[in-house]
Amino acid sequence: MTKVVPDVICPFCGTLCDDIEVEVSDDGKTIVDVYNACAIGAQKFMHAQASDRVTRPRMQQPDGSYKEVSYDEAVEYTAQMLVNAKKPLMYGWSSTNCEAQSVGHEIAEKVGAIVDNTATVCHGSTLIAVQDVGIPSCTLGEIKNRADRIIYWGCNPTHAHPRHQSRYSIYPRGFFTNKGHKNRKMIVVDPRNTDTAKMADIHYQIEQGRDFELLSAFRVALRNEVLPDFVAGIPKEKIYEGAELMKSGRFGVIFFGMGVTQSLSKNHNIDNAIMLTKDLNEFTKFSIMAMRGHYNVTGSGQVLGWQFGFPFCVDLTRGFARYNPGETSSNDLLRRGEVDAIFVLGSDPGAHFPISSVRKIAELPSVAVDPHITPTTEVSKLHVPVAFVGVEVGGSCYRMDNVPIDARKVVDPPEGMLTDEEFLTRVNTRVSELKGVN
Amino acid sequence: MTKIALNLISGRTIHQGVAMEAGKEKDAYTKACGIIEMDPSDLKKLGAWRSTNVRVTSPYGSVVVKAVEATQGPHPGLAYIPMGPWANSVTDPNTYSTGMPTFKGVPIEVEIAMNEKILSSVELVQKKCRGEV
Ligand code: SF4
Repeated sequence: MTKVVPDVICPFCGTLCDDIEVEVSDDGKTIVDVYNACAIGAQKFMHAQASDRVTRPRMQQPDGSYKEVSYDEAVEYTAQMLVNAKKPLMYGWSSTNCEAQSVGHEIAEKVGAIVDNTATVCHGSTLIAVQDVGIPSCTLGEIKNRADRIIYWGCNPTHAHPRHQSRYSIYPRGFFTNKGHKNRKMIVVDPRNTDTAKMADIHYQIEQGRDFELLSAFRVALRNEVLPDFVAGIPKEKIYEGAELMKSGRFGVIFFGMGVTQSLSKNHNIDNAIMLTKDLNEFTKFSIMAMRGHYNVTGSGQVLGWQFGFPFCVDLTRGFARYNPGETSSNDLLRRGEVDAIFVLGSDPGAHFPISSVRKIAELPSVAVDPHITPTTEVSKLHVPVAFVGVEVGGSCYRMDNVPIDARKVVDPPEGMLTDEEFLTRVNTRVSELKGVN
Repeated sequence: MTKIALNLISGRTIHQGVAMEAGKEKDAYTKACGIIEMDPSDLKKLGAWRSTNVRVTSPYGSVVVKAVEATQGPHPGLAYIPMGPWANSVTDPNTYSTGMPTFKGVPIEVEIAMNEKILSSVELVQKKCRGEV
């Protein structure tokens, strides 16, 4: 007989679905099936079961191969590396729980490290814009119950957040949106005719990188001022039409993603999008929300925020917290060769940083803590496998709308395997000994 | 040999997400991300059939991937490589003091490279780090 664990959290994307059901074997050791999750979420649970999983730390040898070492040796190497480095970078923190993040920050304070999370390649420019102009936002629950105008700008939830539309933004029947998607109008702005765009009432197939211009054009159109015939490749009539559609709603929301944060104008795109939201509030109720990627990147920003006052790129090397994206951000530090050791947990910069930054990781003393084998673990000096958060250990996580949700443990990790938090706690203790502090 | 100039963007696809969670060292990840999605009109300009290996070169690097027809098009002039080490071999690392590399809007040139091999993620990153490719 198998049993079903209800109300499990999916630890993949920022939608942080909390209705997953996982069927486990009678002895509670293996996952048999996963219900309600999307294809990516289900794969995340199933991969935890892979028979070829690495269960002990591995140290790189001079010939490039890897040799198994004990967790004790791994703790010692990590602690020595961090203590001996002048300016270590501690990067990642998005695929782990808040409890582990907090222990990591304690270590960073002791050794004088820079702490940066995956926002640095994701919504970092959003965080900069929010500090510049503020943000009128809401929760996904409010959107489900009230929103009748949904704008996806530079994001493709059908691929990146597969259940976002069915759980919150388009299909669910809410309190004031009791006809589901029939109550809602959907606008998509994207240079490709994405699978999300194909479902939209209006799709603006914008010239890539011209978001700032189109956002400005909407702000002009809202006021019924004059526009040139085309903006960003879009005819002006279509822009006026979209502006009217936005104004005529009772509650609207702009969701935005990498299309705006990673194009050339970066944070200026976002502050213009936020100002468009502000302008729309003169006509009706409007909100704006970042489509956060990793399931707990939002949590990393929260924990860093309440501990040090800044959400990413926190430089603790001088004994107090400094923050200066462009200077204290991972890719700038790596490219300029300003760090002398790198510790990665809960992210894969080897796959997701520009190759010039990855080369630096391969040259430096480096530790990668990750349940998977990844391009990062395969260029790092030490790989420490750990239990999967949200599958083999619980903990606090923050959804994209800053709502904290407790992840659940479904099965035990393989015998003798440490969790992120346990590994970090042991490193922390060893760092304290080496530094002679408590 | 014909070379065509395109504007490159990258991002998530559901196949990339699923393959990544199944294991980045596996073949499925290379199949999902070691590709470049091109508009049919651009494939024609290049004179390439679907599923031809091509070399993509930017001011920042070069990589071999498989050219496939865009499923989320039409988008002539625009090319798409799913996020991962292949895209990041050619992406623009400049952050312009924001911390964020310019992952979208990279000028690239594409040429047919029928006999060149598409490396797996781990091979690609290791070889790039050792300066072998
Ligand atoms: S939408 Fe996101 S959180 Fe929900 S099941 Fe899919 S991957 Fe998991």
